[in-house]
Formats: sequence, C-alpha cells, structure tokens
Amino acid sequence: MNDKLLDIKELRVNFHLPEGTARAVDGISFDLAPGETLGLVGESGCGKSVTALSILSLIPSPPGRIASGSIQFENQNLLGLNSEKLRRIRGRDISMIFQEPMTSLNPVLPIGRQVAEPLIVHKGYSKSDALAEAAGWLERVKIPAARKRLGDYPHQLSGGMRQRVMIAMAMICRPKMLIADEPTTALDVTIQAQILALMLELKAELNTSLLLITHDLGVVAQIATRVLVMYAGQIVEEGCIADIFDQPFHPYTQGLLKAMPRLGDRLGGGATRLNEIPGTVPPMTERIIGCKFADRCSYAFETCREQQPELFQIRPGQHARCWLKHHPERRRRNG
Amino acid sequence: MAEGPLLKVSHLVKEFPLGGGMFARPHGRVRAVDEVSFDVSRGETFALVGESGCGKTTLGRLILGLIEPSGGDIEFDGQNIWSLSRNQMRRLRRRMQIIFQDPYASLDPRMKVEAIVTEPLYAIQHLPNNQRREVAAELLEKVGLQPVDLDKYPHEFSGGQRQRIGIARALCVRPELIVADEPVSALDVSIQAQVINLMADLKQEFNLSYVFISHDLSVVEHISDRIAVMYLGRIIELAPAESFSVSPRHPYTAALVRAVPMPDPHRKTAPIHIEGDVPSPIDPPPGCAFHPRCPHAFKRCRAEQPLLVEVTAQHFVACWLNKGKGL
Repeated sequence: MNDKLLDIKELRVNFHLPEGTARAVDGISFDLAPGETLGLVGESGCGKSVTALSILSLIPSPPGRIASGSIQFENQNLLGLNSEKLRRIRGRDISMIFQEPMTSLNPVLPIGRQVAEPLIVHKGYSKSDALAEAAGWLERVKIPAARKRLGDYPHQLSGGMRQRVMIAMAMICRPKMLIADEPTTALDVTIQAQILALMLELKAELNTSLLLITHDLGVVAQIATRVLVMYAGQIVEEGCIADIFDQPFHPYTQGLLKAMPRLGDRLGGGATRLNEIPGTVPPMTERIIGCKFADRCSYAFETCREQQPELFQIRPGQHARCWLKHHPERRRRNG
Repeated sequence: MAEGPLLKVSHLVKEFPLGGGMFARPHGRVRAVDEVSFDVSRGETFALVGESGCGKTTLGRLILGLIEPSGGDIEFDGQNIWSLSRNQMRRLRRRMQIIFQDPYASLDPRMKVEAIVTEPLYAIQHLPNNQRREVAAELLEKVGLQPVDLDKYPHEFSGGQRQRIGIARALCVRPELIVADEPVSALDVSIQAQVINLMADLKQEFNLSYVFISHDLSVVEHISDRIAVMYLGRIIELAPAESFSVSPRHPYTAALVRAVPMPDPHRKTAPIHIEGDVPSPIDPPPGCAFHPRCPHAFKRCRAEQPLLVEVTAQHFVACWLNKGKGL
C-alpha cells in the first residue's frame, strides 16, 4: 500500500481530428495524497479538463483516445477497468463537479431525487431513506429552507444554489476524491467566495482529496496546497503554492503571474502596463520538437528549439520544464 | 473642441415589460436601470462594474442609443441623442462604437476580415474597393495584425486575435467614445493582458473615451480612471480608481473587493459574509436594495432609499452609513 490516493503516470490523450492528431494531454505524471488539495492551472486548451475527464474515463471517444499511461487509484489502474467497475467508482469513490451546474443537473428531475440518487445506486438506500439523507445534505450545503425545496427543479434555483446542489450530490457518498473543474468560473465573485468556502469546509470535514482545475491563479493561491501549471498538454511547472507564487521558475509561470492585474495595484500611482506573453498557444495538432513554449519565450535559445526539456528539479518539491535550469546565464542576459 | 463632458447621463431609467406575448398583456415591469446619472469626460475611461443582472449591459446599450430609455436623458457632446433626426443620429453613431464580449459571436463567420473591419464605414459612405482595402490594412496594423490577415475568415483566428478584429472594426470610423462590454472576459490571462494594453495604447493614440463594462474588479481597477459600482440597476458607489479598492465606502463594494481571490498565498482573502443571492429585480426590496444582504443594515435602510452623495472629493456613495463617515 502506498500513501498516494491517485497516481498518474505518463498519460497521453489524443484526439483524432480531420486536421490531424491533437495531443491534448502529452505525457503528464502527478499524484495526489489523501486529503490534499492540488490545483491544476492553465489557459484554454492546455489539457487540464481532458486530464480530469480521463481519470473517470469520460473522454468522448471517438475522437478522443487515451493513447498510453496509467491512472492508479488506490492501487488499481482505472484505465484497465470495464464500464461496470468504473460505474461503481464514479460518484462513490471519485466524484466530479463541473463549471456549468445547469448542464450537469437533470432539468426534469426534482433536486432532492438527484441528490439522493448516488445513495440509492451505490449504497442500496431505500428511496425514502435516501431522500431524508439528501435533505440533510441540502441543509449542509446551506440551501435555505432545504426540506421544502426537495421538490424544486434546477431552473427554480440561482446559479450559486445549483452549484450547492451539485456539491451535495458529489459529496453525499463521502468520496475519497473530488474533481472540481472550474467550479466557480460561471459564478459572480461574492457567490464564488461562498462556494469555495463551502468546498473547503466539507473537504476538511470528510478528509476528501481535491483536484481543483481552474484558469484563475487567485483561486488556486487561496485554496490549493500544491499546483501544477499546464501548457500545451504538458506540466511545465509544479510545486507547493508558496514556491510557485513567490519564486516561479518557468518563464510561462512568471509571465502568467505578471500578466494579471491585481486589486490594489493602483495605490499610490497611475496604471502601469501589464506584462504580455506575446503570441498564442501553438495548435495541438502541431508537432513541436523542442520546448512548446519556445516561440513565446523571451529567453529561448538554440537548445530550446532542438530538444524538449524535462521537468528538472529547481528545489525540493519544485520542478520546471525549462532549459534555463542548466543555462542560468541565459536568464541574466535577456532578463 | 467643445466644453463639457463628452457623455452626460441624467436620471436614466429603463423598464422592460414582464411576460406578455403575442396576445397576453404584460403583467408587470422590471427596472433594469434605475435613476442612473454620471458623465464621462473626453479621454476618460469610465468603468461600470457589478454582478450578473445589475443592469450594466443595459446601461451600455442605452448609452449607444441601441434601446430607448423609459426616462431620463443621454447627452453626447451636448446633444440629447433622442431629440435628433434620423440623419443627425446617423452622423452621431459614427462617433460612438461598441466592442463586444464574445469574439466568436460578434464576427460574421461568412465575411472576410477586410469586409468586417470596414463595415461601419461602408454604412456611412461608399468607398472604392482599393481604398477600402487600404483602410482595412491600416486598421489591422493598428491592432497588431498583418495585412495578410485581410483575406482570412474569423474562424482562422484565436479568441484574442478575434477581439483585435472587433477593436479594429470599432476604430474604423474614428469614434470618440467606445463602449466596451466585457471585452476581455472571454480571454485567457496572457491574451487578456495583450488586449488591455492594446486598448490603453489606442486610447492614447486616438484620444478615445471608454465606457468599460466588466465584472472583473482587478481589470477595471487597472484600466479605469473612475469606477461606478452597480447593484440592481442603480449606481451605489462611484469613485476614482486609485481609491476604489483601498477605501470602498459601500458595504456591497467592500464585500465585492474582499471576495476577489488574491493571487498571493500569503494574503488569504477573508470574504465578508453577505447573505444569499442578489434579490430579484422584479420585486426589489423597499429602501436600500442591498439591505437584506447587508451586515450593517438598520431601520432607515429598510424604509428609505439612499441617494448617491459625495462623501469625500470625487467619491460618491449611496448608503445611509456614509453620511460623511467610512465603514
């Protein structure tokens, strides 16, 4: 028995499209300890959602296909399981919440039944017992007058309330791991704060591991203990949040942090310019020999274009996929 | 150049009928914009912020004359825009333009970039083809695209590049005022920075004024000169950008500012707990619309609506707590 709840090794996911094979996830490895909160950040198309979907074998196939790698969850490879076995894990040991609660909830079923369903399916509860438990959970996620709202339909709830219902549904079987894919992106900022606080509270109570997928570095800084930064299907930097935010190594991580306007920056002065990362992400179908970020990197030199860097250790617990590790003089020259 | 503000909005109201249909009569009204007044000077960036449904987009469309107000006035450069003749209105329209949020939905997929960016001009005067191409090439260069992009279609561009095309289109008629409705909300952080910087550069170059509509406080604070916070159709606080996040005076603004997750693990946000959701604008609470969620609400807040008053220089607040004192 090892102490990792989830252990992903060299995962590759390809999408076979008319314009070529898109390498959405291009060899990523990471693990998650019980009770840990891991943030997976990156911009659109970096592969963060595809990574999350692969864990529960939810990749639309075709065109998607998990080409290689392994996903160990409690020492069994999830990729080797048949659909019957996977169904027993989904919603019981691992649950997932999505960005848009309206499209994840069934519009024609009352919310009470939807929240109760995992108990009926996975734990053999009777319908009435499950509904009673669901009412308790709706209260727990702070839905006002929860007992009266068991018969409400999703459209009768606000966006924040729907996300609370999703959380109740995801947590009702006390899963070991929760995957949250941009859980607050569609919500207003005051509601986002409420939902994040709720997720942290429940997570601590049930000792659930949380894989939080987001594009928002602010959310990660507030919630996660460790971060993976993804770019073009690869992890380009990983480390504990203090290291990533205080001493980011990869030029992409540094660029992202400097590109964000921060509240309070105007104090004692006019507007400064934001740091831009020039250019755009390369298309996923493009074959890139060297570093995938080289075209947008102000430090890029010959090696970067010729050979792909590995995830080099920067300090204990922090790794970055960047040749600057072995050529620190390049940073000084251009920086 | 004329004196006075470029845009002056006074006591603006917009009501929409509720329900109704082909035969049914509407059974009520919803006030999307309620007694809003402010002005925008030449060269200023004026921001409207607020959460979904606060009326900021409706206000933007009112400013452009795209929808007719139910009450109040909008003056552009001293002219009341709803008192103008059709012809005068046409001439006025080239002085104000819009940039939309969704760079996918706002560009016609069947038009080439050249036609897209020069379309506003085409609506005003007919241009020979070679001149049109010249104008388009110049516009693309201004927004950081290449002349080779002229013959491409929107689907060949990324989100950030599409937003540049949208900006070029807005610039085409050399407007004085641009209403930008969530122009960077759909973009990734690194691309967002490119577009924000571009908008700042163009503002300098063409002496533009912006009405910048956004829900993102960090972006707004960065780009604006003054910020107006909206809640249920009303402006509840209006302050210079420098003092906005450091000394918010309205409890709602304070809650908004404190709710923003800081990208700094050493500064944990301590959100102010505000109860529940925004109330329905169909049946707004009496008194101050924020009182059901406000941790400081007292008797007067439930009965009387506070008006926007200046509490310190240039800093206006509509809150009974703030007759001269801070939170």
